[in-house]
Amino acid sequence: MATAAFAKSSTTLSLRRGLVSVLGLLVFWEIGRRLHFPFLSAVPAPTEVLASLDKIVGNSKFWNDWISSFSRVLSGFALAQLIGIPVGLLMAMSRTLRYLWFPPLEILRPIPPLAWVPTSIIFWPTTELSIIFVIFLGAFFTVVLTVLGGARAIDERLIRAARSFGSKPRDIFWRIVLPATMPSIITGMAVGMGVTWEVVVAAEMIAGKSGLGYFTWASYVGGNYPQIIVGMASIGIAGYLSSGAIRLLGKRATPWQRRI
Amino acid sequence: MTPVAATGAINIRNVSKIYDPDGANVLAVDNCSVDIAPGEFCVIVGPSGCGKTTLLNAIAGFHDISSGEISLDGKPICTPGISAEPGADRMVVFQNGALFPWSTVLNNVAYGPVVQGAATSTDAKTKAQALLAELGLSGIGDRYPNELSSGMRRRVEIARALINDPKVLLLDEPFRAMDALTKGVAQEFLLQAYDRVRKTVFFITHDLEEAIFLGDRVLVMTTRPGRIKQTLHVDFGRPRNYKIRSSRQYLSLKSQIFEAVREEAVRAFEAGERELA
Repeated sequence: MATAAFAKSSTTLSLRRGLVSVLGLLVFWEIGRRLHFPFLSAVPAPTEVLASLDKIVGNSKFWNDWISSFSRVLSGFALAQLIGIPVGLLMAMSRTLRYLWFPPLEILRPIPPLAWVPTSIIFWPTTELSIIFVIFLGAFFTVVLTVLGGARAIDERLIRAARSFGSKPRDIFWRIVLPATMPSIITGMAVGMGVTWEVVVAAEMIAGKSGLGYFTWASYVGGNYPQIIVGMASIGIAGYLSSGAIRLLGKRATPWQRRI
Repeated sequence: MTPVAATGAINIRNVSKIYDPDGANVLAVDNCSVDIAPGEFCVIVGPSGCGKTTLLNAIAGFHDISSGEISLDGKPICTPGISAEPGADRMVVFQNGALFPWSTVLNNVAYGPVVQGAATSTDAKTKAQALLAELGLSGIGDRYPNELSSGMRRRVEIARALINDPKVLLLDEPFRAMDALTKGVAQEFLLQAYDRVRKTVFFITHDLEEAIFLGDRVLVMTTRPGRIKQTLHVDFGRPRNYKIRSSRQYLSLKSQIFEAVREEAVRAFEAGERELA
């Protein structure tokens, strides 16, 4: 009981402190703009942004930008998981595959996702597909390497124990290798999700006709400065929601890792 | 009342094991022969790196041997020509423990029957629950291993082995790195479980007192290459409790074993022997 009460109060405490620090930032920004601090004086103040907000959120186009960015991120991210997790696991379990696939992965990995944009546009029939492909690449390498590392680090004794209990190779995979790798899979997802938002925004700025990145860039081009801030804040909130979802998923998928 | 084991005879005949890392032939076990009777509690002591674990891993079926033969109830289980296979008739409790961290205690204990297809998942869990209760471990079935103390984890691990009704229990320094009090409790737990099911036990330790407290017979191994240097019979009856630890007989056995092991430990130390896994 005492621990539950403590946990609750620490949650409200962290919420309260979080709000205080966000509000503090906004107040500092507002004052900075009004008193003409260097740099801040050129940025629309929170009150100006707020004033422009009702026109923006009333426009369905703005919400369509949210939807298109989110659906691109989710598609690219999901593809990266669907292909990346099995590739990482296969490489962990087969030395042949590891030796075969590791060199090309390591050569392709340092190429920033955005450097893929031109070839991607040439290769894929639609801009949409090329953006999703670039997002996929952004998360893919991280996922593969994290999963590979996690699956390779499995304690040999756990495998031995499982074998002596009479596990078939199928059991070893589903009951040992997969759960043992789950924390790494979640880590790969969390890092991958961060990368995908960076990539989607930049890709939309270069090649998109919609999305939050496009919205932000178009606001700049159109000279609507408060709207730039709305775009940036939207990206921040979208990224925050996505990482929150991954954290929630992680807690569900690895219940044995709860803090004690 | 105590069941008498009819199976679980281990015969180790002239077993040698050569490790060949990078072409350096290291003789880990040299022409080792031991016969262990069904239901016997056999303890191996010896300096670090003497090949105790090598021998245990060979019995467990985790690796091959270079020559000789190990058989269980007359059936060869490990010999050059037969590729070693672990089996549920030989259960291992590992050094530092090997409970599956992602499974609850109940699922850990039920694991064997489930993968062997011996029981449905529900039946296996019921059986696991019953065994845990029988061993005085009820009420922790829903916990994860990292929520338990090391002593409790090791007890769960012994339960997880016993549920498979093995012929042989192989324990590789299971109580190492426990504080003295926890260790004492864990040892008594093992003794009670042993009195209850009477399996053949092959137990490795560094701890001489532990060897005497638990075993029917203590084998002292030489420093590498490992051979059996000396055999001591421990004549305490069973069930045993902690009180025997202060008896004269206990102390005299302890000094005998100490003499035997010390010589080897000094040799190992002088050879700069590094501990082998």
